[in-house]
Amino acid sequence: MDRATTETKLINGYQHEFPLVPRPFQRIGESLGMDEDEVLALLRDLQDRGALARIGAVVSPRTIGTSTLAAMTVPPDRLEDVAALVSAFPEVNHNYEREHDINLWFVVAAPSENDVATVLHNIERRTGLEVIGLPMLDSYHIDLGFRLPCG
Amino acid sequence: MNRIAPSPAIDDLDRRIVKATQSGLPLVPRPYHALAETLGVTPEQIMDRMRRLLAKGIIRRIGAVPNHYRLGYTANGMSVWDVDDAAVAETGAAMGQLDFVSHCYHRPRQLPIWPYNLFAMVHGRSREEVEAKVKKIAALLGDREDGHDILYSTRILKKTGLRLVD
Repeated sequence: MDRATTETKLINGYQHEFPLVPRPFQRIGESLGMDEDEVLALLRDLQDRGALARIGAVVSPRTIGTSTLAAMTVPPDRLEDVAALVSAFPEVNHNYEREHDINLWFVVAAPSENDVATVLHNIERRTGLEVIGLPMLDSYHIDLGFRLPCG
Repeated sequence: MNRIAPSPAIDDLDRRIVKATQSGLPLVPRPYHALAETLGVTPEQIMDRMRRLLAKGIIRRIGAVPNHYRLGYTANGMSVWDVDDAAVAETGAAMGQLDFVSHCYHRPRQLPIWPYNLFAMVHGRSREEVEAKVKKIAALLGDREDGHDILYSTRILKKTGLRLVD
């Protein structure tokens, strides 16, 4: 098995059921015909290259605390400053610039609805710009990870 | 459909485990032992609690979290749809089953500036690929939609994953 195939197998095969056993990397290695050390080295390398963000738990939205998607229409000449102000809130965990009149999109997560509302309000107060809140009402897809095409 | 219940009871140890693991497990031979040492509990407790959090749906999955961008999926298109409220559950369920839709959510409209109530993330290597996929969604919806748009991200300004903050 070449390296690229091994990497694809690692990323595709272990997005969902990472082993909850004392030596999970050894278990993964057994299924791929590799040593524990080789699995760890490959994962560290994928992480160094940025292809792997992390191995970890993905928490369901709104099971611990609450969150909302929010968006703002920011004049282009203020985008850098406003984006930096928004990103500086620890409650903001994603912040994207998107091509649209409504050009700044971010997710605010906090322990309660009240805390989320306070963050949105503070952003409005400090920027003088309107923030629209778009909280999830329903989810129609359970995130099973992201499958890379083989080959 | 997957309606998520508001804040089921979790205790302090659950919360500490989630906080300690959300930025990633340590890449060492015995990651749960390393965590256990940090949190002052046994590795078995960590694994048991994580199993329970998974069973309760608080942890959705444990595993590799790839970076779409670094993998060449650079055309991250947020497709947004204006769908009749009465048809939104059925439409969302159908869209969520498409293999190229990674997330599909019902969100409120914010009229007059935001008319769309259904969001579906579509990933592709190019805008052409994303547009072809969005056309497939439009064909599936037929006259159940009153309009749609695709918002491409031009920059990621912050991305840390969903995190607990105090």
